[in-house]
Amino acid sequence: MNLDYTPEQLAYREEVRAWVDANRADAPALHGQWTDTAWIAGRRAWQGALADGGYAGVTWPQEWGGQGRSPVDQVIVDEELVRGGVPNILDYIGLGMLGPCIMAHGTSEQKQRYIGPMLHGDEIWCQMFSEPAAGSDLAALRTSAKAQDDGTFVLDGQKVWTTNAQFAEFGLCLARTNPDVVKHKGLTMFVVPMDTPGVSVVGLEQISGDAEFNEVFLDGVVLGPEHVVGEVDGGWACALTVLMNERLSIGRDVTGFRMDVDRFPPPIAADAHARRDPEVRHRLGDASVDLLAVRFNGLRALTALQQGQVPGPEAGLAKLTMVEAATRAADLVVDVLGPSALDPTSEWYHVVSYLPGFRSAGGTAEIVRNTVGDRVLGLPPEPRSDKGVPFSQTRSDGAVEAR
Amino acid sequence: MNLDLTDEQRLLRGSARDLLAGRGTIAAAREAITDPTKLPDLWSVAGEMGWAGLLVSEDHDGVGLSAFDAMLVFTELGRVLASVPLLGHLTASVLADRADGALAAVLADGTRRAAFVAARPPGDVVDGWTVERETGTGRVPAPVLAADGTLTGATAWVPDAPGADVLIVAATREDGSPVVVVVEAGDASVREERTYDATRSVGHLTFDHSSARELDGLGAGDLAGAWYLAQSLLAAEALGAVETALEMAVTYAKDRMTFGRQIGSYQAVKHQLVDVLKARENAYSLIVYAGLAHQDLPEELALAASAARAGAGKALDLASRTCIAVHGGIGATWEHDAPLIFRRAQISRRLLGGTDDATDRVAERVLAGATT
Repeated sequence: MNLDYTPEQLAYREEVRAWVDANRADAPALHGQWTDTAWIAGRRAWQGALADGGYAGVTWPQEWGGQGRSPVDQVIVDEELVRGGVPNILDYIGLGMLGPCIMAHGTSEQKQRYIGPMLHGDEIWCQMFSEPAAGSDLAALRTSAKAQDDGTFVLDGQKVWTTNAQFAEFGLCLARTNPDVVKHKGLTMFVVPMDTPGVSVVGLEQISGDAEFNEVFLDGVVLGPEHVVGEVDGGWACALTVLMNERLSIGRDVTGFRMDVDRFPPPIAADAHARRDPEVRHRLGDASVDLLAVRFNGLRALTALQQGQVPGPEAGLAKLTMVEAATRAADLVVDVLGPSALDPTSEWYHVVSYLPGFRSAGGTAEIVRNTVGDRVLGLPPEPRSDKGVPFSQTRSDGAVEAR
Repeated sequence: MNLDLTDEQRLLRGSARDLLAGRGTIAAAREAITDPTKLPDLWSVAGEMGWAGLLVSEDHDGVGLSAFDAMLVFTELGRVLASVPLLGHLTASVLADRADGALAAVLADGTRRAAFVAARPPGDVVDGWTVERETGTGRVPAPVLAADGTLTGATAWVPDAPGADVLIVAATREDGSPVVVVVEAGDASVREERTYDATRSVGHLTFDHSSARELDGLGAGDLAGAWYLAQSLLAAEALGAVETALEMAVTYAKDRMTFGRQIGSYQAVKHQLVDVLKARENAYSLIVYAGLAHQDLPEELALAASAARAGAGKALDLASRTCIAVHGGIGATWEHDAPLIFRRAQISRRLLGGTDDATDRVAERVLAGATT
């Protein structure tokens, strides 16, 4: 058991550090508004620079412009970018989840066309899965893709929680091609050019007022068959690949929203009274215990990844702990600093505003508990009234009439 | 980087599990509530398995394994609620190993049994080395070694003190500086306390000008290391009991039917069990951290061991209560094993400063880290 890096890994770290030092001047600000086009342009260019340097797609196969390196090397890159105070890649959704799905299920034309520009940040991608009435129960989505006689598909519906859609060139969209079979067997994955007529994007302001997410409306969007990824009606397999790759990225800090154990103590340490207050200390200690556990959960997962194991659904538990503990710690910091810490100029304004929604990001806390309970503890699943029922026989709200 | 167990560690864990299986330790834990003589004697087993000398160097006839290895054994002990006085013995043996080879050697083969009489290392709020009182939350100064070589003072709630042959005591000199002394058990007053957890041997110690021998060359670092070793072992032991409680509750939730389906299919039950698994995963991660700290990160030992203690303690509280809750009323009766784990949790969380003190230590360390 050790935390040691190999000589090769140490040398790689030096190499990354030197690159960051040499290129820091070109980096955009670490944080910005997601609606600030100038900042986004800077982030795109910076992703291009990272890709040229070999620091985007670190674990991607070399065949597709990646470095074919280990998950530990990816962590080394992430850590050195944090240390250098510069942003990571902009399109972590494309590189982390959607690109690997296209590599696994796409045609060779699709791979040739999309992967390179994705890697360099020339074309940003968004994930069009969730809908207003289909989040935890993703396969219940209602966006329809009707096959036409000329071989095209017409998409109608609405997506939501679509990160980066406001500036993305492409979306990977899960839509229903066959309503007359059970819900997850009639879905197809599409590449949607975001400038196609009928696609409109509306920002979704969150608690902080920033609009990190969007709603995407699809109104008679016509797509040729070359936009289908994988098989028609075989979209669920593609979706599972995306979700599996999402797990691989758990523990990576690509958004710059660092909820590490080190983040919370400084304002308390700076307050001579608070740092000796037993209740403050108990609350800080209790949250810090859990945040330390999250750190070592991540290192354990990294050990498994290194050995070629695929993370199971239990990886989601670390995120639950992180959100719960960070919420307690952030509340404590604001209790100590007072209400002025909720001024928009304070970093804590953003942390406090971010956490309630983050609880549901990538799967609500409830669906994570269901999945882990069923798949890890082997508990029986809850009965599903729509099991085995063709989607077209469910009501518009997803309910199934008593039979 | 690799946080997996080595093949040797898997073997050690497996052999401990095999050896403890089928010894009826859980049934004995119940019988011992009314009749303490029902506890099986596992000390001879510990001697045969080399556990008594697990942390004594090979130079002194021990096995020379790591703190993390000992923690693996403790998880197996905790899993079956085994009553064996290794917590006091192993921590004492580490101190003997550093200063008194002859003593270490007789501890290593189990011919003599030791107990460590711990003191809490000074902190940023409470200065000085302190020990438990019999009642109340306040702590009192550790026993004092007088210039004439005798020890005076009292330490309450000392694990594994009853029946120990020799006591290795965290004490201070009259000027408050820490010192490690050896006291023959016959030279101290040891009053056994029968506790809520019948598997846990605990005693209240009084020294009244007791004859004491200083272990030369040991200081604050050694005493603090022994304290954090004890915290780590308690954490590891709690983890084992958490795993038993979870397994028991999951099995029942798959079996028991209400309203035509298994209770484990209800989210209200399932989510409680997942929360225990989450606490278990967190506790194990922290135990790995503590193991690494003992081995490679001495400057993080106080943080890591305290976090492990607090995290595993939290997990055991949750696991033992959830296990009872999932079983319903029967889970709260003597018919069932669940209350035995609950009894374990109730005493464990209050030993050696308790989980609350460990939590405070975590706060102290992260605040200190933020200041420098």
